[in-house]
Amino acid sequence: MNERNERIFGVACTFRRASDVYRAAERVRDAGWTRWDVHTPYPVHGLDQAMGLPRSPVPRLTLLGGVTGFITGCLLTWYMNSYDYPLIVGGKPFWSVIFPFPVLYECTILFAAFGTFFGQFIFNRLPRHHHPLFDLPQFARVSDDTFMVVLEARDPQFRLDDARGFLQSLGGQEITVIRD
Amino acid sequence: MAHAPDSSSDRPAVLDRVRPAELPRAPLVLNDRGFHWITDKVCGIVEEPTPRWWKVTFLVALFVASFTGVGLAYLVSTGTGTWGLRAPVGWGWAIVNFVFWVGIGHAGTLISAILCLLRQKWRTSINRAAEAMTIFAVMCAGIFPLFHVGRVWFAWWLFPLPNQNAIWPQFRSPLEWDVFAVSTYFTVSTLFWYMGMIPDLGAIRDRARTWWRKAFYSLLAMGWRGGNRQWSNFEMAYLLLAGLSTPLVLSVHTIVSFDFAVSNVPGWHTTIFPPYFVAGAIFSGFAMVLTLMLPLRAIYRLHDVINQYHIDNMCKIILATGTMVGYAYATEFFIAAYSGNPYEKFAFINRAFGQYWWAYWIMVSCNVITPQLFWFRKVRENHSLVWIICLFVNVGMWFERFVITITSLANDYLPSSWGYYSPTIVDIFTFFGTFGFFSVLFLLFVRFLPLLPMAEVKMVTPQADPHAH
Repeated sequence: MNERNERIFGVACTFRRASDVYRAAERVRDAGWTRWDVHTPYPVHGLDQAMGLPRSPVPRLTLLGGVTGFITGCLLTWYMNSYDYPLIVGGKPFWSVIFPFPVLYECTILFAAFGTFFGQFIFNRLPRHHHPLFDLPQFARVSDDTFMVVLEARDPQFRLDDARGFLQSLGGQEITVIRD
Repeated sequence: MAHAPDSSSDRPAVLDRVRPAELPRAPLVLNDRGFHWITDKVCGIVEEPTPRWWKVTFLVALFVASFTGVGLAYLVSTGTGTWGLRAPVGWGWAIVNFVFWVGIGHAGTLISAILCLLRQKWRTSINRAAEAMTIFAVMCAGIFPLFHVGRVWFAWWLFPLPNQNAIWPQFRSPLEWDVFAVSTYFTVSTLFWYMGMIPDLGAIRDRARTWWRKAFYSLLAMGWRGGNRQWSNFEMAYLLLAGLSTPLVLSVHTIVSFDFAVSNVPGWHTTIFPPYFVAGAIFSGFAMVLTLMLPLRAIYRLHDVINQYHIDNMCKIILATGTMVGYAYATEFFIAAYSGNPYEKFAFINRAFGQYWWAYWIMVSCNVITPQLFWFRKVRENHSLVWIICLFVNVGMWFERFVITITSLANDYLPSSWGYYSPTIVDIFTFFGTFGFFSVLFLLFVRFLPLLPMAEVKMVTPQADPHAH
């Protein structure tokens, strides 16, 4: 039994309607599962709360990117127009925050966007081209019109038969074991 | 949600007799189409055998694009003099075309970012194509300043990179600000476009039958699995990119207008330029979105997802921004008269009645008068007419940039240095070719990438709401 368990990624169960999967998610959350996910063709409104997910950490990297961008812009313009090759323009100060402000502004946005974009990939653990879910024939329909709850074997309370029974009680349609 | 209390004692007695009318909301997807229909429709465009119209249009577009190639090759091998640039007009069509194409791009970002922040759900059907338009328009725009520098092989001096002269860019120049603004705009728009496309690329991957198709879309989809833990980060990142693109798009055309406004040429040195340029950019961009989407809607029978409500909204935005642009033209005249500055006064009288009067009146009739037809529902429902009006707007906005750039340079302070600028055949070929270049890119996008954001369109259907039943 233990040997078989190691080769199992989890158990999947499909749903046809957003309202069904929403209620199912609430029950999985209340049953105390931690390693599980709900796969949907589009972001279902309110599903984060139904799953009890914390707020996404992406904004931290956006802020980090923005601050880095502003400082980079300041250093860039200061080094080039004031330190390495001071430019005398109309007796103005060599560097101030005013004249290169458009450059600082654009650098801030550029780096914040990089932080957001790569943050999404980092926190989603992407790219990852191989995943046990891709071997499941039903999974191909998730990006179309099917919803799927997946309970993973990594969860401490995972027992294959219990998980299967639990998914059955949620009213799912097809219940499949995902091999790792 | 503020619900009326259920116990009958708290309930106003009138509610037992009457049913409160529900606010009618225009459906965004007509005929009650389901999720599978949307997937089939959008993936079908990519999966069907290449249609004949596509092949023909693509070849024509390639031919037109070759005009830019030939024009630029001739320019580089001969010199920028072939562009008809000479004193006093040193900016000519190059800058006119640059501002025109950058402006076109702005509607894409407006639709994808600003309407996203304002929770305008109708944006979902058109945002992908509009973002693609943005990126390709900025590419077309980039060609002109790049070759306008004269020795294009030194164009990298614009970037803060060490060069053999040991000098750096001068950050007090609006032209240098422009380098940062436009390159940031291009990069962020591309990131936003690509990130939004990942779930849809995943959907095409999941339906792929042939191995090369599977490999191509798998690579692009980055292994997207559509788990809600992924969606949660994705949605947050999408919202943040929308929030970053909004100040970005406003800053880009502001900085483009600084190219003019920071100089002290009469007719350019005005504080109205940034808002006026941004309104004009959105105006021309929406016209371009409609110019592109109306034929695509007819070819791919997308009437259920891009319906009259979407077209109405876009027409109304064109009407609003066109009226703003008209107001800006009037304000410019008033301020010129009120300023008491004879050069400024002359610049505006010269625009309307001087040697380029025809350009000015083409601009006014296309930008101020034609969009007023959109007040009438009959006009908005006649799609061929909408398409033609949008072409007029595109023409008018090109002429706006022509009027601003050329009239102010051709007749500035000293009458002895006045001149008359006309483009050469090389100018005309190069600009004409950019429409082909744009079309080549847009046709490739239509053929190989998801034209509509499937996930987002599914999200606005009634059955997407988990509390619907």
